[in-house]
Amino acid sequence: MSQAEITMGGRSAGLTAGPAFSVPTKKLAMWLFIIADTATFAACLVAYGFIRNATPNWPRPFHSITNVALMTFILVTSSLTMLMGVRAARAGDKSGALRWTFVTAAAGIIFALLHVREWLALIGEGMTLFKNPWGTGQFGAAFFSITGLHLTHVTAGVIALIAVGIRYKGGRYKADDLEILGLYWHFVDMVWMFVVPLVYLLNLAH
Amino acid sequence: MTTEMQKSGGMKKDMVVYFCILALAGIQFVIAYQSIDGSQMFVRMLIVAVVEAGLALLFFMHLSENRGLLWFVAIFTVFVLLAMQYGWTDSFRLSAGAPWSK
Repeated sequence: MSQAEITMGGRSAGLTAGPAFSVPTKKLAMWLFIIADTATFAACLVAYGFIRNATPNWPRPFHSITNVALMTFILVTSSLTMLMGVRAARAGDKSGALRWTFVTAAAGIIFALLHVREWLALIGEGMTLFKNPWGTGQFGAAFFSITGLHLTHVTAGVIALIAVGIRYKGGRYKADDLEILGLYWHFVDMVWMFVVPLVYLLNLAH
Repeated sequence: MTTEMQKSGGMKKDMVVYFCILALAGIQFVIAYQSIDGSQMFVRMLIVAVVEAGLALLFFMHLSENRGLLWFVAIFTVFVLLAMQYGWTDSFRLSAGAPWSK
């Protein structure tokens, strides 16, 4: 049976000669989701940029880069550990793949905790969605919505990593499934690479 | 090439890309403390972010191994991103003091 016939459930492929772009359907679906989510984040960041550019008294409340630097290091490293997990899965090392997947999930949890700690610190200084002590009230809404959307993606990714990792070890999922989840995790890391300069570094208090 | 050599070669490449991405992130932090105009800072940071994202896309997400998918993702995404940029002139109008902006 050809790949096309397998995809079509054993029936004749008819119009298609094989899977689109020579990738499995599940992987293509994840790529389409990533493209759609990229557009969502891009819309948020462009809208944020529009408001920031058009507002004269935009706050610059970030005095220290330590926390955001640590969060960036953790997230980028978690992409590497995810790669190691996928590599172990491809080599048939189920225990190694599960271990690296759980390390990745742990990094995601640490990232989320650091992020929440930062939020609490800003809220403690008087920042809310609608006002803050430094400038225009729109800053809070923009900051919390963009970082909150990213944090939601990280949290969902952590849950998925744990669930897929366990099911992979149990034999229900294959190495391909772990790789597809890895694509999502790398995407979450990539979004952070844009959020950091636009939301944090351009708003440093000099 | 044996499987072990392929494995170690792939790991080495992953590590190189990882350190490149970390270095680029570090460059962004350096740019943040430069005494330059805001728009210049924005452009420099955006360029570095695009390079970082490109490395992650090509090597971490293995998009370089499938040219057809690479072109599909690149063209579609870039088109959507460019289409979002039409409103910037209005942003400058608001910040420059055109009617009803203040």
